Amino acid sequence: MLSLTLTGLKLKNPLLLAAGVMGTTGSSLKRIADNGAAAVVTKSLGVEPKTGHANPSMVEVDCGYLNAMGLPNPSYKNFQQEIDIAQDSGVPVIASIFGGCALDFLEIAGTLDADAFELNVSCPHAHGFGADIGTDPALVEDITAAVKTATDAPVWVKLTPNVTDIKIIGLAAQRGGADAVVAINTVRGMAIDIESGYPVLGNRFGGLSGRAIKPAAIKCVYDLYDALDIPVIGVGGISDWKDAVEFIMAGALAVEIGSAVGNNINIFKYISKDMEAFLAEKEWTFNEIYGMAHKI
Amino acid sequence: MKPVNAVITKVVEETPTVRTFFFDTSFKPEPGQFVMAWIRGVDEIPMALSYNNAITVQKVGTATSALFKLGEGDSIGIRGPSGNGFELKGDHILLIAGGVGAAPLSPLAEKASSQGIKVTTLLGAKTKEELVFRERFEAAGSVMIATDDGSEGIHGYVTQLIPEQESYDRIYCCGPEIMMKKVLDKVEPGKAQFSLHRYIKCGIGICGACCVDGLRVCKDGPVFGGEVLKNSEFGVYRRNECGERVRV
Ligand SMILES: Cc1cc2nc3c(=O)[nH]c(=O)nc-3n(C[C@H](O)[C@H](O)[C@H](O)COP(=O)(O)OP(=O)(O)OC[C@H]3O[C@@H](n4cnc5c(N)ncnc54)[C@H](O)[C@@H]3O)c2cc1C
Ligand SMILES: Cc1cc2nc3c(=O)[nH]c(=O)nc-3n(C[C@H](O)[C@H](O)[C@H](O)COP(=O)(O)O)c2cc1C
Ligand code: FES
Repeated sequence: MLSLTLTGLKLKNPLLLAAGVMGTTGSSLKRIADNGAAAVVTKSLGVEPKTGHANPSMVEVDCGYLNAMGLPNPSYKNFQQEIDIAQDSGVPVIASIFGGCALDFLEIAGTLDADAFELNVSCPHAHGFGADIGTDPALVEDITAAVKTATDAPVWVKLTPNVTDIKIIGLAAQRGGADAVVAINTVRGMAIDIESGYPVLGNRFGGLSGRAIKPAAIKCVYDLYDALDIPVIGVGGISDWKDAVEFIMAGALAVEIGSAVGNNINIFKYISKDMEAFLAEKEWTFNEIYGMAHKI
Repeated sequence: MKPVNAVITKVVEETPTVRTFFFDTSFKPEPGQFVMAWIRGVDEIPMALSYNNAITVQKVGTATSALFKLGEGDSIGIRGPSGNGFELKGDHILLIAGGVGAAPLSPLAEKASSQGIKVTTLLGAKTKEELVFRERFEAAGSVMIATDDGSEGIHGYVTQLIPEQESYDRIYCCGPEIMMKKVLDKVEPGKAQFSLHRYIKCGIGICGACCVDGLRVCKDGPVFGGEVLKNSEFGVYRRNECGERVRV
């Protein structure tokens, strides 16, 4: 009832694991897939191993979380074995990748064997990577086009909300040949320890995720659905089935779930079951609710 | 939660390399639970609660050295307690502690003895001076000692003290991974629980940096049953801060 095809990938439901959550090891990705996710996205992988920022790297704040992990990853060179383990689950495994220039992206996408690539041009707190690139439409278009020449696998571009108009970046990705866009990455944020005046995160600032960012993400998805011809994958603050339905009505063909996995490792199973029950009760199909908010 | 401010009220030198830091703030931990201790401007690191209001720290690197510079009146940030803790069961339990692994086991020994459970502790360290919480374990039951240099107890490893015939209902173990692996290989896995050490990044079960075979040390653990660890990554490899595999 919830199955669909997303950029050529067959999915049993529209619920995917978001990048950077339970995504550093093959067996953790497999655990999430075995617990109901229709596809899983890896931690963002770069050219060289990276330790990330000093701790604290993630704290809970009102209605969400702040994180500045700093893209810790073992490099794509050490990651094929993890992807292979994750693929044992039978679901598509999407490699999230990042780099400082088009050549980095090209090297990684040209070497790794994955079911799709998600280009992280949107991390808000890794200097010289991520959002430093993803706020520049020309760079986003170039990098997307470069990756498209390196792989036959579908290419998704993950967008940052930390821009004036996310549609401009989405259109650049589409011009570069992206098969889908993913929106949104975290929203820039900061917390200060009032006992001492120290910023709480080791990196001083970071990105906000979880419940707090859902309305911002819904608006981005809504705008991108209008502006683009390629599918939009929604992410940001989903913690129950109602949130997932809301994203789909805004125009997301599928959604990714990140922070909420921490307290509910079975969230994918529950959301797909409850979404099915909701559609049955309303006598709606998935296609009817997809982009519904635009049609009424 | 954001870190709470914990003021250091007392520092006790347990051994030449291990100190206990007492706070003005008390927690209600299960023995085996840990906190994230934030040494502001330096790092945030996981530490077991050795008392309701204290952590017991071995000086090994940057953050622990910075902590050793702090004294009464200074403060750190604390998040937690986190993780699952040990599951106390049975009439006669065996504790196996290596080095600062005594930190999470000492409150377990005290909880057990207060409930009338018989406690036997095998305590190991490099030297006699490095034995941690010997008196606390002795107050809770009987203690056998092993030191690497033979300065106290048997000359050798704590694993050599494990009796061939198992007469214990449950076994609880914390120490260096190689030592814990030897224990796992020697005892009935279903009877034993182990407190694991992995690199902790987020500390709240989201990032996945601390995973052992997909299980999160910071959230599903740090305590795992022997049957879960048998034939797993445990004792074979861990991961560094980048997530690269490193042989144990
Ligand atoms: C659940 C848990 C409970 C622990 N309880 C205690 C305890 O009660 N007493 C005690 O002395 N030690 C305990 N440790 C180990 C302690 O966290 C490390 O010794 C400490 O983080 C070292 O920090 P450092 O900056 O001084 O060392 P570094 O110079 O950073 O490195 C030395 C070693 O410490 C490890 N380390 C560094 N940062 C972390 C981190 N964020 N998470 C895990 N390991 C890290 C490194 O992997 C390295 O092997 C515990 C670890 C875990 C996972
Ligand atoms: C701990 C953590 C690590 C993350 N790492 C990455 C990453 O490596 N690459 C990436 O594109 N997004 C990363 N993200 C962003 C998420 O994929 C997601 O876009 C964001 O958290 C919003 O979704 P959520 O509210 O469901 O968490 C990370 C988020 C968190 C919380
Ligand atoms: S340290 Fe992030 S999940 Fe355990």
